[in-house]
Amino acid sequence: MSKNRLDYLDELEAEAIYILREVAGQFEKPALLFSGGKDSITLVHLALKAFRPGKFPFPLVHIDTGHNFEETITYRDEMIARIGEKLIIGHVQDSIDEGKVIEQKGKNASRNALQTVTLLDTIAKHQFDACIGGARRDEEKARAKERIFSVRDEFGQWDPKRQRPELWNIYNGKIHKGENVRVFPISNWTELDVWNYIRRENIPLPSIYFAHQRDCITRNGQLMAASPFLNMDDEDIIEKKNVRFRTVGDMTCTAAVESYAFELDDIINEIASSKISERGARMDDKVSEAAMEERKKGGYF
Amino acid sequence: MQTKKHTPNPSQEGNHSLRENMDILKFITAGSVDDGKSTLIGRLLYDSEAILADQLEALHASNRKNDDGSIDLAILTDGLKAEREQGITIDVAYKYFETDKRKFIIADAPGHIQYTRNMVTGASNAGLAIILIDARKGVIEQTTRHSFLVSLLQIQQVVVAVNKMDMVDYSEDVFNKIVADYKVLAGKVGLQNVTYIPVSALKGDNIVYPSAKISWYTGDSLLTHLENVQLEVDDTSSHARLPVQWVVRPQTDELHDYRGYAGRVSSGSFHVNDKVTILPSGFSSSISKIEFYDKELAEAVAGTSVTVHLADNIDISRGDIIVNSAGQPQLSNLIEADLCWMDTRPMDTSLTYLVQHNTKTIRCKISEVLYKVNINTLEKDYEEDFKLNDIGRIVIKTAEPLAFDPYQLNKANGGAIIIDSRTNVTVGALMLRQAVD
Repeated sequence: MSKNRLDYLDELEAEAIYILREVAGQFEKPALLFSGGKDSITLVHLALKAFRPGKFPFPLVHIDTGHNFEETITYRDEMIARIGEKLIIGHVQDSIDEGKVIEQKGKNASRNALQTVTLLDTIAKHQFDACIGGARRDEEKARAKERIFSVRDEFGQWDPKRQRPELWNIYNGKIHKGENVRVFPISNWTELDVWNYIRRENIPLPSIYFAHQRDCITRNGQLMAASPFLNMDDEDIIEKKNVRFRTVGDMTCTAAVESYAFELDDIINEIASSKISERGARMDDKVSEAAMEERKKGGYF
Repeated sequence: MQTKKHTPNPSQEGNHSLRENMDILKFITAGSVDDGKSTLIGRLLYDSEAILADQLEALHASNRKNDDGSIDLAILTDGLKAEREQGITIDVAYKYFETDKRKFIIADAPGHIQYTRNMVTGASNAGLAIILIDARKGVIEQTTRHSFLVSLLQIQQVVVAVNKMDMVDYSEDVFNKIVADYKVLAGKVGLQNVTYIPVSALKGDNIVYPSAKISWYTGDSLLTHLENVQLEVDDTSSHARLPVQWVVRPQTDELHDYRGYAGRVSSGSFHVNDKVTILPSGFSSSISKIEFYDKELAEAVAGTSVTVHLADNIDISRGDIIVNSAGQPQLSNLIEADLCWMDTRPMDTSLTYLVQHNTKTIRCKISEVLYKVNINTLEKDYEEDFKLNDIGRIVIKTAEPLAFDPYQLNKANGGAIIIDSRTNVTVGALMLRQAVD
């Protein structure tokens, strides 16, 4: 017996790689959901470690709301060129054009909720039986109880009351036809763990994660990037602010934080001393305490 | 420039947030809502400043308060809506926090008997268990049950937190009586490494900070103990086990003959040139190379995910296990095991189930029920039926031999699950014990 336990980042990394390889071994048609955010960028890095020098046994899938930060799309395309893996894009615009969803109206209109439909359609079209995602249990209370292998019914729904027991590191990926499994390899990571890992591994990130000058408006007490996608009126005053983003989502619902963190070490210090959780910067979670739980039941990632 | 590279800044190594060489302690809390379990976890998070402002805001805005008007810390851990409404923890919730010394993952599992399976689930990955005892009630039936489960799942370290000390005037005699009673129980269920701490989660005594009201107690507060307790890793070569998850075969021109076996070392350690045996086939070879992404390693220790290469060309696929030839596991298709049944449909000895052990999933039957255990009294019961939350000893027959170690000696290679092939649901947890001749 020895007393040398793994360093926490080594342990989290080894666990995530193990989970990715379980997906490869257990499923016929898995996919990795790639949002362009730091969590899914971390997943891609972990997949390189899990499968190189072989190819990924799954494509990357991006659900594109059409309301993206340009920097995210540039990053995505550069990354795909660099790693030489397959990318499938599901467009929310297609779901709107097909009449499957209706664009929200009003000041707080966002396509965030619409992407659930596009995601489910993309899963059905390609018959994906497992979708790997970058969700973490520390993000939100409802997520804290979700399994690493989380079974969804054919409507994409998560039933928190009927989750499978998940013991040791044995993941049961058996499903019926039409069902699929959402897999969360970095479930046990915290926001700070992700940042420290990015720093240790020297993983490049989209520039919007770092402090920059941007035209912003203040809405519901939060700073939003001014963009053609945001419904603005005379009450909205555009101000230049030094900001960065803690999450990367749809431009209409991802709030910025004022920041002078230009380098990764600055960000890590800022997060370590921050008193606002990451999801606190997502407007759509503020609706109600049970907002996330409701959306997850409906098939949201 | 659209992307940004950064260079690590060694001058900030000592910074609070950039700490390295910290390990992770996963622990479970066993107790019921009446023992103040959720309050204890809430207090740990609150006093160690692991709660962020927007979460605090939601906490203060909630209309659930304690009788004295202070905020109810239990809300922090009750995740799902149904649970908030009923005021009980139904499922396992995972909570994360860290201090300067360690990172912690709490598996918060419910304590009532109808949620035994949830506690077994939470306990399966825990390195330490906190068993809560209400100072007014002492060692009761549920204490026996929780302690039995902690022992069954082989959790290395145990803390008995005697809670609600404020309700017994912080009495040393009350505490000592409970310690004496618990020692008898610990002997009975076979628990070692037990630490006893008097606390009040509600008042915050001895959770994070030592309490002047318990001056007769000279040991560490709960958090200080959690930060410093030593957990051991078995990294001896003789127990080296690598279940193969995936075979890496790039099949490109330049890597035409590349064949790497990818997996996570579940116990022990492997070195280059170690003699190894592949099970269940029984072929032997030696390790020619250990890789981790762009690095070559001389050694792979328990817990690391690696890719190994063998000196000989052997047919190996997912489900096989690579072991050190000098210390092989048992190989059998008839195995005595402890079973916890986790499904609302009772176990059926006439049915064929699936067993998943490491990366292998094969058909199985429960061929014999030896006995069940009344987990409140620890008495044996010779009924044949296994219902939800029942625990006992059985014999399992598998379609192919399993290469396993007794769970008591090697958790990683001794645990398995049973899957109902009609529903695909995980219906049982197996702690394998020994091959039956």
